[in-house]
Amino acid sequence: MSITVKNISYHYDNPGSEHSGRQVLCDISVSFDRDSFTAVIGPTGSGKSTFIQHLNLLLRADQGDILYDGESIYAQGYDRKKLRSRVGLVFQYPEYQLFETDVLSDVSFGPKNLGLPEDEVRKRASQALLQVGFSEADFHRSPFELSGGQKRRAAIAGVLAMQPEYLILDEPAAGLDPAGRRELFDMLGELHKKGGVGIILVSHSMDDVAKYADRLIVLNEGRILYDATPAEVFSHGKELESIGLDVPQAAKAAQMLRNRGISLPEGLITMEQVKTAILDHFG
Amino acid sequence: MFRDITLGQYYPGNSIIHRLDPRTKLLWTVVYIVTLFLSDNKYSYLACVLALGIMIFISKVPIGHMIKGLKAVMIILIISILFNLFLTEGDKLFSFWIFTVTRQGVRRAVFMALRLICLILGTSLMTFTTTPNQLTDGIERGLGFLKVIKVPVHEIAMMMSIALRFIPLLTEELDKIIKAQTARGADIETGNFIKKAKAMIPMLIPLFVSAFRRAGELASAMEARCYHGGKGRTRMYPLKYGASDYCFMAAMFAYLAGIIILKVFLQ
Repeated sequence: MSITVKNISYHYDNPGSEHSGRQVLCDISVSFDRDSFTAVIGPTGSGKSTFIQHLNLLLRADQGDILYDGESIYAQGYDRKKLRSRVGLVFQYPEYQLFETDVLSDVSFGPKNLGLPEDEVRKRASQALLQVGFSEADFHRSPFELSGGQKRRAAIAGVLAMQPEYLILDEPAAGLDPAGRRELFDMLGELHKKGGVGIILVSHSMDDVAKYADRLIVLNEGRILYDATPAEVFSHGKELESIGLDVPQAAKAAQMLRNRGISLPEGLITMEQVKTAILDHFG
Repeated sequence: MFRDITLGQYYPGNSIIHRLDPRTKLLWTVVYIVTLFLSDNKYSYLACVLALGIMIFISKVPIGHMIKGLKAVMIILIISILFNLFLTEGDKLFSFWIFTVTRQGVRRAVFMALRLICLILGTSLMTFTTTPNQLTDGIERGLGFLKVIKVPVHEIAMMMSIALRFIPLLTEELDKIIKAQTARGADIETGNFIKKAKAMIPMLIPLFVSAFRRAGELASAMEARCYHGGKGRTRMYPLKYGASDYCFMAAMFAYLAGIIILKVFLQ
């Protein structure tokens, strides 16, 4: 169940637009498996969103190939629908795609499109809603009267209900308050550990990716700059800064302490790690 | 697919036509429509086509880009051609099954097609060469005299410019929504007409919801900037007729006079 991306390139091609003809992705090769929680980071315009849309065939590369489970998704007669149910994609601000009269029917839209029987559709939809933290009492509320965070979770449930093997999210926490962010990321972490869903997410929050991801892919100008563990990637603080990214707050704090002569080990990127290191140092 | 609709979208440029006062272009559009409906023989149609050709040439808007705008009205065009072709009585040219084609029918079909194409290209030339802002200014100033009889000219102009401004935004939004629903297994490409129409519901409802949301946000933003209608409002760039406007208008009235002469003398 792995996704293998082989040397894909892509350029925009809509005349009249200012981006026309621009090369967005250049020769990207990477592979994903379900055991990893991967975060894709990069400055605005680096091709992150374009890249993830290739993984479920919403965009088609000009060159290169993508294999899902060893099979080329560009092969003639490849089942797109099946691919899209296996590789679930949650767009930025997914709450704007809600349309049904109640939450449960909206979440049922995905599985219904897969042609599943009615009771299986209901089962999957309610299961997905419970997974994202809805209570049964809220199943029949209108999606338009929910709070922002609830809408977001309902929309994510809409993709989860197709029971994908991979879940790709484009900035899932954008516009949420700190509590909402934490809840969302905890939920994704849970989904990954217990549900065995491979997670690939695009994020701008270095703190979040340091805390939750076990693999970081840094994109810059359509190319992969780094593909390593968060600790490894964040050790290149200067290079990250030069392309408009940053290191997590915790890593900065640790560096400041080191500059003051407190010898802390390298590779600290979360608050938890820094706290333990400081306690060890003085304890 | 929705990006193909070029009707009414500004095409950036710096030609003489682009720099004309929007009121001049509005007047031109009205005059051109009038001449199209005055035309009833091949000479005046030729003059209309020629005038349009010259205008397009000066405006430097690529002709291919303009023709794309015709796609939106293709069906109306085809229907009117067919009706005129088959349902006009007169001298029989040839017939098959229940259809009869007459000489007058061919003539009318050709003229009707020409008239429609010129009408669309001629009017879209204005929106191609005028930014929505200029256009609104032009309408507001050009029709300002209607205020006397209590027509809310400013409000109408404002509504128009907002509507025009929202077209590209909403197409972009629709694109996004289609992608998002496609990722959930929606399918709008296969199936018959009814199935396709039904498949549009999950796209259109979020689009309407977002249009209302945007409208609300825009209203708040306008209020926050103390917008309270057109009364006492001054302009950063007041409209002024220049030398090229007067030259253009002279040419335009010469053209109008020519068409009228053709109509009167070639009866």
